[in-house]
Amino acid sequence: MENIASIFVKSIFVDNMIFAFFLGMCSYLAVSKNVKTSLGLGLAVIFVLAITLPANYLLENYVLKEGALKWLSPKLASLDLSYLAFILFIAVIAAIVQLVEMIVEKFTPSLYASLGIFLPLIAVNCAIMGGSLFMQQKAFNNIGEVTSYALGSGVGWLLAIVGLAAIREKMEYSDVPAPLRGLGITFITVALMAMAFMCFSGLKI
Amino acid sequence: MSKLFSEKTKQVFLGPLSKNNPITVQVLGICSALAVTANLKPALVMSLSVIIIVAFSNVIISLLRNTIPNRIRIIVQLVVVAALVTIVSEILKAFAYDVSVQLSVYIGLIITNCILMGRLEAFAMANKPWESFVDGLGNGIGYAVILIIVGFFRELLGAGSLMGYKVIPQSFYDAGYMNNGLMMMPPMALILVACIIWVHRAKNKDLQEK
Repeated sequence: MENIASIFVKSIFVDNMIFAFFLGMCSYLAVSKNVKTSLGLGLAVIFVLAITLPANYLLENYVLKEGALKWLSPKLASLDLSYLAFILFIAVIAAIVQLVEMIVEKFTPSLYASLGIFLPLIAVNCAIMGGSLFMQQKAFNNIGEVTSYALGSGVGWLLAIVGLAAIREKMEYSDVPAPLRGLGITFITVALMAMAFMCFSGLKI
Repeated sequence: MSKLFSEKTKQVFLGPLSKNNPITVQVLGICSALAVTANLKPALVMSLSVIIIVAFSNVIISLLRNTIPNRIRIIVQLVVVAALVTIVSEILKAFAYDVSVQLSVYIGLIITNCILMGRLEAFAMANKPWESFVDGLGNGIGYAVILIIVGFFRELLGAGSLMGYKVIPQSFYDAGYMNNGLMMMPPMALILVACIIWVHRAKNKDLQEK
């Protein structure tokens, strides 16, 4: 149980998706112009991560890994399909995103209206695919740990994007050198935020 | 020959190198650009993989562009890209294992690299195979240029070496010169890209944002 909690906290602060691994940077930079939309995108990322990561974990452990097909028949125990991981992960992500989009549209139109345009884009957000690949690399013990890792990474991403959006809203009023305006100064702001987050590295929980 | 390199294809190829650079102007494919550039060698391997994958996925999608149903085009594009990435990743594992370990998940993340999806959506879906190939090459090389610049400075200032070979002489260290450890950390990649953007936009005034 405490293992699950420590994975959660660690994935928010120490292994922050944005500041430690730069995952999902494209949409992070493009959508962080105001707090409200960035909150919507952040929530959508948490949502999709929390669904796709456990799904890909099951796929990895019951289909792809060496010997994972043992439950089907002993003859298949020597099969190693892990080279199919990329294609299957991305297919699962794209399919789930499409499914989630349809379900949300049907049952909660208000949520759909606020997440709407971001949901289809999330299929190609590196944070989602990166989450699955890191999950594969970290070899978690059970599905509870995976879910907590997914939630933690999502919350970390939300924190990062809302923080940046708040700073950028304020920055509208400052006098930035012309060539740095827009993209340049955003990069520097993210770098400073990442330096601040570096103080969490090496944290033992 | 004249047909192969018409004025338009030349534009398509040269545009992404500067005026329309995928990283500094279109803001695509930032994740991997920042993450793999702590040393020059992984940056080079990554650039090469991206150039190959962008060019060929552009050709494949361009060949298929009239048969892909509009509604499921994203999934089709993702599967084509994922297949190419799998091939590249297996080749790297076989012939350059240590580099593939250094690149870890970022090779897999080429699948969701926005440069690919951006070029496929914006160019390959509407253009002929040869032009798409040139567009892919141009964008891949534009991406590679930034990666190599960032990787060069990070390795030189952070470790005092290039491609793993020491280039800063021992006498410098004896005189009190020190490697800047911060260069190896993620934030410095962002700062370096910001500096590139700064120089680039100071030269091309029309790219500046209001």
